[in-house]
Amino acid sequence: MHPVLVTIVKRLLLGVVTLFVVSAIIFSSISLLPGDFGEAVLGQAATEDTVAAFRKELGLDKPAPARYLDWVKSVAKGDLGTSFSGRSASGQDRSRSVAEMIAPRLKNTLFLASVTALIAVPLALFLGLTAALYRNSWYDRSVNVTTLTTISMPEFFVAYVLILIFASLWKVFPSLATVDIDMAMGERLNRIALPAITLTLVIVAHMMRMTRAAIINLLASPYIEMARLKGASRSEVILKHALPNAWAPIATVIAFNLAYLVVGVVVVEVVFVYPGIGQLMVDSVSSRDIPVVQACALIFAGTYILLNLIADVIGIVTNPRLLHPR
Amino acid sequence: MTDSTDLPEGYSASAEVGALRQRRSRAERSWLALKKAPLSAWFGMIVVAGYVFVALFAPWLAPYGEAQIFATPFAPWDETHRFGTDQIGRDILTRLIYGARNTMGIALVTTLLSFLIGGGLGLVAAINRSWLDQFLSRAVDVLMAIPSLIFALVLLSIFKPSVVSLILIIAVLDSTRVFRLTRAVAINVAVMDYVEVARLRGEKLGWVMKNEILPNIMPPLVAEFGLRFSFVFLTIAALSFLGVGIQPPTADWGSMVRDNASLIQFAQYDLKAGITPLLPAAAIGLLTVAVNFVVDWFLHKTSGLRDEQ
Repeated sequence: MHPVLVTIVKRLLLGVVTLFVVSAIIFSSISLLPGDFGEAVLGQAATEDTVAAFRKELGLDKPAPARYLDWVKSVAKGDLGTSFSGRSASGQDRSRSVAEMIAPRLKNTLFLASVTALIAVPLALFLGLTAALYRNSWYDRSVNVTTLTTISMPEFFVAYVLILIFASLWKVFPSLATVDIDMAMGERLNRIALPAITLTLVIVAHMMRMTRAAIINLLASPYIEMARLKGASRSEVILKHALPNAWAPIATVIAFNLAYLVVGVVVVEVVFVYPGIGQLMVDSVSSRDIPVVQACALIFAGTYILLNLIADVIGIVTNPRLLHPR
Repeated sequence: MTDSTDLPEGYSASAEVGALRQRRSRAERSWLALKKAPLSAWFGMIVVAGYVFVALFAPWLAPYGEAQIFATPFAPWDETHRFGTDQIGRDILTRLIYGARNTMGIALVTTLLSFLIGGGLGLVAAINRSWLDQFLSRAVDVLMAIPSLIFALVLLSIFKPSVVSLILIIAVLDSTRVFRLTRAVAINVAVMDYVEVARLRGEKLGWVMKNEILPNIMPPLVAEFGLRFSFVFLTIAALSFLGVGIQPPTADWGSMVRDNASLIQFAQYDLKAGITPLLPAAAIGLLTVAVNFVVDWFLHKTSGLRDEQ
């Protein structure tokens, strides 16, 4: 087998193992709950029988490894369990299934994330390339200072400054990003403009700086000097000679930053009251609705692991040293 | 041969050379380094010093008590309340000043704890390189595969949010990154001959860690401390902003932003009111920028490390 394939298969297996260990950790968190949490969920008036039935439904009477296997099986079937909310002391059960709660919100979050990625990635590449091209000019410096500042700012600060300027003082965009399914596309885009801009500002900075660093690093290579010596123009050197070799680091940077988007989306969704799974997760943490928290954490962690995996695989595949071993 | 007598009695050439080579004291050397520090580093240091001053002397600087409630909630800016009052009528300026103490104090304790755990284990792993190293490194790999904000949210849903559980959770999650760095830099030092000599001399693990390895890996660790501090600080602020971090009535910048956020809607009628929720957020951002400037300069100084070029 080709050595690159071996490396990729190894990396994929490692990813699968990580995913299982991570799911086991997230799952075992429910075992850490204090003994009286049944009462906390069902209310003070819950009878012994109701609490016992509730514990049995969660499978707390079975040993932990057996419970984990059951859980993995049902997750694989798309059944993420039932929410803790909507249960009452009398044993009446109005709770909803977690999958049903998450599905529409997951779509919303993916929509926001993909719109952000569509704006942020080309913008970051353009800024990084031009900053590398006109290195040490006023343009490069001002782009650098601006991005350094946005990196250090908390997401909610950026978000509220944008709300203050674009929603409160100068009413261009709505400050609340409430969307629903039957809204027209244009209206939806208008609603999510501010959250998407916030997320873009946060991740463009990293991507742009790392693109610039990757290109500048390459410009020090002998073959670039050769290209210059034979009289190629500046943009030709960058676009034709440097860029093809910079794709690997740039792709890695993009994947890592999209993974970072996973975390950023939580805070931004709360600021703009956007009905995505980040907001659902925070609400469930406050109300201690553990099954929902677990499901959301699993989705976030899974996406994060997957994106990092893709980044690594791209890094392996595009590495000339690995592709042409001696 | 004539004896030249121009030189004073008791002159020795080596003494004169020795006098010139006299080492400068630590304070003199630091002052020389400071004088050469760039403007951004000075700005950062002055800002950090200002924050520390406010945090230490909060009870004397604040005009009112931390949780003192006044009659008018959301009062406008005036002489009695410089930045107005919050949603239940507490003075914003006072809360900002006490917030410096609480937010920074908690972040500092958390960072120290995470360095104690991560740094200690990292050193042990680097020296011992056995199954323990393997085990710790793999465990850290897995923990780092989950975004720390998400992991913190899961843990906070199980343990009730309190200052102690917040500090413990963030410290443990953050110690993974400290472990990685400490192990990586300590491994290079642990193979040095003088470490080998110390071990052959029969010194204990703790002694070798403290006296042979730690002094040689200090600069990257100090820089990392600054970066980790700002990261922990931002994480705690974000969690408090989400309402699952520092709980009321403790004044803290993250939850202040959340509590006063609705004021932003009134910016067109009263710009000052609109800016109020941004004050604590700006306080968070300014400190992070300042710490980053100082760390940047420190890294330049100690390792000659320059970003690209």
